[in-house]
Amino acid sequence: MNNFFIILFHTYLTKLKTKSFLVTTIVTAVLLIGLTNIPRIIEFFDKDGDAEKVAVIDTSGQLFEPLQEQIKASNGDIELVHFTDGLEEAEKQVEAEEFTGVLELTLTDDQLPAAAYKSMSMADSMVVTELQSGLQQLKTMMASAQINLTQEQLAQLYEPVPFDRAALEENAKTEEELNQARGLVYVLLFIIYFAVIMYASMIATEVATEKSSRVMEILISSVSPIKQMFAKILGVGLLSLTQMAAFLLVGYISIKQNLESMEGGFFEFFGFGNIPGATIAYGVIFFILGYFLYATLAAFLGSLVSRIEDVNQMITPMTMLVVAGFMIAMVGLSTPEAGFITITSYIPFFTPMIMFLRVGMLNLPFWEIGLSIGILVGTIIILAIFGARVYRGGVLMYGKSNSFKDIKTALQLSKKE
Amino acid sequence: MVLKLENVTKKFGEFTAVNDLSLAIPEREIFGFLGANGAGKTTTFRMILGLLDPTDGKITLDGKKVDYTTSPIIGYLPEERGLYPKLRVKDQIVYLARLRGMNKHDALKELEYWLERFKVPEYLDKKVEELSKGNQQKIQFLAAVIHKPKLLILDEPFSGLDPVNVELLKEAVLDLKEAGTTIVFSSHRMEHVEEMCEHLCIMQKGKPIVHGALKDIKRSFGKKNLVIHADFDLSYLHRFHGVTNTKRTAEGVHLQITGEEIAGEILQDIVGKGFIRKFVLEEPSLNDIFIEKAGASYE
Repeated sequence: MNNFFIILFHTYLTKLKTKSFLVTTIVTAVLLIGLTNIPRIIEFFDKDGDAEKVAVIDTSGQLFEPLQEQIKASNGDIELVHFTDGLEEAEKQVEAEEFTGVLELTLTDDQLPAAAYKSMSMADSMVVTELQSGLQQLKTMMASAQINLTQEQLAQLYEPVPFDRAALEENAKTEEELNQARGLVYVLLFIIYFAVIMYASMIATEVATEKSSRVMEILISSVSPIKQMFAKILGVGLLSLTQMAAFLLVGYISIKQNLESMEGGFFEFFGFGNIPGATIAYGVIFFILGYFLYATLAAFLGSLVSRIEDVNQMITPMTMLVVAGFMIAMVGLSTPEAGFITITSYIPFFTPMIMFLRVGMLNLPFWEIGLSIGILVGTIIILAIFGARVYRGGVLMYGKSNSFKDIKTALQLSKKE
Repeated sequence: MVLKLENVTKKFGEFTAVNDLSLAIPEREIFGFLGANGAGKTTTFRMILGLLDPTDGKITLDGKKVDYTTSPIIGYLPEERGLYPKLRVKDQIVYLARLRGMNKHDALKELEYWLERFKVPEYLDKKVEELSKGNQQKIQFLAAVIHKPKLLILDEPFSGLDPVNVELLKEAVLDLKEAGTTIVFSSHRMEHVEEMCEHLCIMQKGKPIVHGALKDIKRSFGKKNLVIHADFDLSYLHRFHGVTNTKRTAEGVHLQITGEEIAGEILQDIVGKGFIRKFVLEEPSLNDIFIEKAGASYE
């Protein structure tokens, strides 16, 4: 087998077998399953407790029934019990945990309902909120009856103002689509951000480990540094794809199984209802390109340090770039059309995140996407050529210094004269 | 394989690490490559391995330029030990051997043979970081020779080993030589060099200052050592003409003299002054030659 592939698969397999990698993958997968099962988990814990029983002392004699109807209609978990043995007895039963709380209903001078609620603690706000809103509606009904409003008049009063938004641009995303896109882009941006930082520093550490353990001397005498560098970048790249594929698979299966319980709510909000394939495809493209850009940078930065402890210091500027890109992207989520965002999306170090954001949120002409990808690929190639030369000299340098001045020395070492 | 260096020069900017070095190392030979720290040995090795390109001159192996296509026939034991601390011996030796063009099966078989020979077969599944320094050294040596290289570069192969293990490795090196391997050997332990190398070269500031067969070097060095043990005071001998160096010992003196005839004159001088228990004329040791030649750079 070609040396290139021996290194590639060696990097891939040894990394795959490390405990830290397995633990990270499993923990993240478990979290994913947890996240996609949130509705079920909530349900599971809720089933344990019976319906909340609230004792109601109705001094007016006319409020209990309508309130019970209201509450039943809105929330099946709260059961109202008409209590007639007096407040003191009710409080005793609350203390004995027969009831969650006791609600005392009275009528004010205006013949409108008023209430007092007593429970063991103030912690459970859900029941209180339900009771309160139930009573509020009851009051509205009673008050409108007093001034002789009909149901139609009432409905008219509460009807929201019709408010339509429309974009004039052709194919522009509707507000609804934009919200969906925002959720998806947000999640994918996070993935790109974490993955780039994680895998790039993995490469830098790997190179520095080989250097500090001096196994590098033997390696470079068998295989050219350039071959090594790219085999390593691809090996870790393969690893990242494996991990991502595992997460996607777990997530997909988990979501499929929970599809019914997840309609509406959280997942709808994040735009997972109908995932646009193009956004995912661009996400993958920008993830891969971003990975190559930063992995190349990390590999040659890693080749400049002599000790593993210095790796973090060395790749800090790189991490800063990623963080800056992510921050700008976060701002861009709400203003994807700002000029600032447009400009930064062409800066290669930010392109993977910011151009992806624009692609996901806006309808861009293809040449814009093509241009940014072109610039990005060009930068990767330049960085790879430059990085390979630094790497070739860098791996031969030992010493306590680890500054950017070393780049010059490394280039000098690798110079063919 | 004949290794040939012709007028090789390497400059790093203004600094000249190796200056006009020419060597020819024949097959089936252990060549001693010596020099004080910083004399340009590692740079020369790196050029032989093709890691650095010479500024001037050329390096050939049987007339062919050394590059990555020749790496399967070259073995290298670097001065700084380097193995993956977290990998098992088996995994990393097989990995390194495969990078030198061996297949997995042969590498494993060869590895088992060598571990058996070094009397440590149980290390096959151990992680390198669990081994002692001396045993890591054996594994390192193994990594350099497992693919049966035609050219073997050994930079300080015996450092950190106890005398028993030194013998074990020395024997292995001699066997490789018998099998036809060209070996470049670098060490600061002159007795090892004296014992194993027929030809050698001493580098100083990138230049070979002594170069040739060990016997010739010793002969042309001229000076000899004279050891005298006697019951009377010999310290006056340091003023004797032809004596270049005097070292007093518990039982007498060690003298360095410029030639055999001086020994005769000294003998005539001391006879009759008392009882002489020992009077020996010795060849200079490589250690003496090294200190005199390479030591000059420190003065």
